Amino acid sequence: MKKLLPALLAAGLAFAPLSFARAQDGQEPAQNAASSEEAAAGQDAGAEAAEEGHAETPHYPLKHPEQLSWSFAGPFGHWDVGQLQRGLKVYKEVCSACHGMRLVAFRNLDDLGYSEEQVKAFAAEYTVQDGPNGDGEMFDRPGIPSDYFPSPFPNPEAAAAANNGAAPPDFSLLAKARAVTRGFPTFLFDLGTQYQEAGPDYIHALLTGYGQEPPAAVEPLIQPGTYYNPYFISGPALAMPPPIADDQVEYPDGSPQTVDQYSRDVAAFMMWAAEPHLAERKATGFVAMIFLVVFAGLLFVVKRRVWAGTPH
Amino acid sequence: MQWLDARLPLPRLVYDSFVAYPVPRNLNYAYTFGGILALFLGVQILTGVVLAMHYAANSAIAFDSVEKIMRDVNWGWLLRYMHANGASFFFIAVYVHIFRGLYYGSYKAPREILWILGVIIFLLMMATAFMGYVLPWGQMSFWGATVITGFFTAFPLVGDPIQQLLLGGFAVDNATLNRFFSLHYLLPFMIAGVVILHVWALHVTGQTNPTGVEVKSSKDTVPFSPHATVKDGFAMVVFLVFFAYMVFYMPNYLGHADNYVEANPLKTPSHIVPEWYFLPFYAMLRAITFNIGPIDSKLGGVLVMFGSIIVLFFLPWLDTSRIRSTAFRPLYRIFFWILVADSIFLGWLGSQPAEGIYPTLALIGTIYYFGHFLIILPVLGLVETPRRLPGSITEAVLARNAGGGTPAHAAAAPETKG
Repeated sequence: MKKLLPALLAAGLAFAPLSFARAQDGQEPAQNAASSEEAAAGQDAGAEAAEEGHAETPHYPLKHPEQLSWSFAGPFGHWDVGQLQRGLKVYKEVCSACHGMRLVAFRNLDDLGYSEEQVKAFAAEYTVQDGPNGDGEMFDRPGIPSDYFPSPFPNPEAAAAANNGAAPPDFSLLAKARAVTRGFPTFLFDLGTQYQEAGPDYIHALLTGYGQEPPAAVEPLIQPGTYYNPYFISGPALAMPPPIADDQVEYPDGSPQTVDQYSRDVAAFMMWAAEPHLAERKATGFVAMIFLVVFAGLLFVVKRRVWAGTPH
Repeated sequence: MQWLDARLPLPRLVYDSFVAYPVPRNLNYAYTFGGILALFLGVQILTGVVLAMHYAANSAIAFDSVEKIMRDVNWGWLLRYMHANGASFFFIAVYVHIFRGLYYGSYKAPREILWILGVIIFLLMMATAFMGYVLPWGQMSFWGATVITGFFTAFPLVGDPIQQLLLGGFAVDNATLNRFFSLHYLLPFMIAGVVILHVWALHVTGQTNPTGVEVKSSKDTVPFSPHATVKDGFAMVVFLVFFAYMVFYMPNYLGHADNYVEANPLKTPSHIVPEWYFLPFYAMLRAITFNIGPIDSKLGGVLVMFGSIIVLFFLPWLDTSRIRSTAFRPLYRIFFWILVADSIFLGWLGSQPAEGIYPTLALIGTIYYFGHFLIILPVLGLVETPRRLPGSITEAVLARNAGGGTPAHAAAAPETKG
């Protein structure tokens, strides 16, 4: 396998433009393993060629995402409940037409500040298939809080068939499953700044990155039926059309109804969906750190006492 | 207690090994990593046993069962992040421990068996960590397993049967996941067993110390308790501070985003990279891009990768110097730090794609790595003029505390003053 890669790389170089057709979306199910590896190898070759300067195909993403400030970043990170509620509204009214969120249950929504009654009412708006009943039949019923968000397509194949061959990825973990490489030495600084928001930054950048004019060198690489987006992580263009426009979702709290604001809100919501215990983790961490530092300090004092009479 | 001791001398064993056991008085903080490793073996086993209660080793539901742990199990997110980051910190500690052994000549007579047991533990750790990384059944799990089990096909004749035995089939699938889970649960207890032998061997020969001069009188030592206990305890808690920082604030920093995508045999990630602690070995594997006589590049790479660890088994006999501590070997000290830099360099190369200049650099790094053990160590021991050794540990300690000190030692280990 390992030594197969260089060979595929060579093949990838030759077929690079061709293979980008396949590399439209991170979630695209390839026809077979070989063609998928070819696409992957082609990308490597493209990246390398770009670094060496005689670029036939550039390094993806073409632009790095802007680093935003998030309420859940840093050691005292916490959820902005209003933002999560807006993100849920955007997800429900726009994204959920194509993207599922199969690992999140309605009961989890009480994290977003909703009461039990509100969660029940929210769940009841969905229809869930249950069964089999006593007659062996599957039946539909309104959702209850213990149900999970239903997916818009019955299986990835149906999703791909309905979306130009690229199945829309599930939202449950997407905010942790996408990260643009930080590179040296930034990844070392990240240790100090606790930068863990590559996922939401990427989602925001992607959603606001449509509608730009592709450079002449990139234009021939864009396949028909795909949309140029310089922030897309694995190619020049992706199969998803610009998903949202200004004023498409109404915000009752008076927040700006812009694509930028929608993107921030839905990215924060997706971070919550991917890591629902994030705020709890950081709060616990603060207590644990204080305990450990104080404990270490006390042990140091004891150690000094024990070794005081012993030159060492 | 005496009643028990007369029938089964367990209390005496514990007393002799962990209370009265004499340790050299001049041990620095580099010597605390053995205790830290024991702590982390315990942490990994405890968190792992609880995680196994919630995990499902079935390729259809493994990924979702891990997410169930993260979302629905009480403190499941903490257990899983502790276990995943604990593996990384285990390796941080073991690398410090190994390099400390290299620096202070801990592998030299009469501690060869102690050293070889350590290398065996290291190998078992690598196998355990690799199999553990497969269990979440993400993209990197799956493709990492595909790549690494593929190594074995490089061996002629026996390669393919070995790979099929490991995988339980012709490709990574449910059978692979099941046997990896079983072995991942078994190997830590084998590690614990070898650790007991490792500690036993240590307590027969006694510890080395930064001067490399053997203990000569009881003045050279202090009792394990309270001296070493409290010092090790302090070092453990400081190490735990860094561990907690990663677990609570950056739990996914050391992981790979692709592993939050469920395994898909039909889609290869654009870069398949192992966990960071395997990167130097991965770089050596990929450094061999040419055939050597009847050995093709694939087999060559695999041999070099395994050889990089096997060479450690022969280290006690490759080093011809009679001086134990690098503090008294001015030339070797330089080469030691070059080896450290070379290992980090190889680690960085392992994370880069195998294109352009990288394989060439990796080849240079690999040649240097083997050159260090096979050429520099044997030759340097014969040609180097060491510094004068102190007469005893106590003499060295008192000389340093008097103000003059052994400058070589002070420079080599600034943390000694602890």
